Amino acid sequence: MGGDEADYAEAPVAGFRATQGGVTARFAAPQARIIRDLVSQVAELVGGDKPAGGAGDLAAELGITDNAALPDDPILARLLPDAYQQDPEAAGEFRKYTERSLRDGKVAAAMTVLESLPARGGRVRLSEADAQAWLRALNDVRLALGVRLDVTDDFAEPGGDIDPDDPRSAFVWVYHWLAYLQETLVDALS
Amino acid sequence: MSLAPAEVDKPETGQQAVPDLPWVTIVWNDPVNLMNYVTYVFQTVFGYAKPKAEKLMMDVHHKGKAVVSAGARESMERDAETLHGYGLWATVSHDS
Repeated sequence: MGGDEADYAEAPVAGFRATQGGVTARFAAPQARIIRDLVSQVAELVGGDKPAGGAGDLAAELGITDNAALPDDPILARLLPDAYQQDPEAAGEFRKYTERSLRDGKVAAAMTVLESLPARGGRVRLSEADAQAWLRALNDVRLALGVRLDVTDDFAEPGGDIDPDDPRSAFVWVYHWLAYLQETLVDALS
Repeated sequence: MSLAPAEVDKPETGQQAVPDLPWVTIVWNDPVNLMNYVTYVFQTVFGYAKPKAEKLMMDVHHKGKAVVSAGARESMERDAETLHGYGLWATVSHDS
């Protein structure tokens, strides 16, 4: 991520707020770029052979790769979970009929974010429908980051056991920032 | 598909009285999903009032899981699919 942290530290940390006919938030350019990079990477992973475009280095550093065909990818396993715990046959049937549309829905939500968030940042105004897509896309990114950062415990600090020299440590604050952003978006919609 | 009239086993009178509703949708706890987001999803997906949605969210958080809907298997599968769209960890089960 290079010098992004410094830029980010000077950028205003503001979340979403309700406005007439929707919700709004302002993003600095580095913030917009981080969101766009991560959302693109998740869309590309979930979309499988359909490239989502705009894939950056950020998520590549995270190890998000385009191996959607492998069912044992832990991020895909979390984003596309089994619907039956103790019945592999029923789980397989369910997946056969629902996974494509689930993937398409997640890619569509990611596209809504990419279309409404300019790479240069600025003020974003969202209708309620677009805000719902943002919620789902931000949540998918956070789930993916959670897998990479080994967030497995409700009561442990996310990323708390990651060494500062670990390249993943740079994403711990991204994880927290996106949680804050998502929380303000839910509040603005409620 | 045959165009011949299907042979239908007509149920004996009274056998339809018990509806086939033993299926449930379960949402499992995970440390990533935000509490206010999970509440919001329950309100949005099921139309639950906020107190009910919050109670279910707290059950997920504290007990590790909660039954969020019950009914026919097909509708539970629809619920699970919708919840997966929101990133919640949902499963369908014959019991709770």
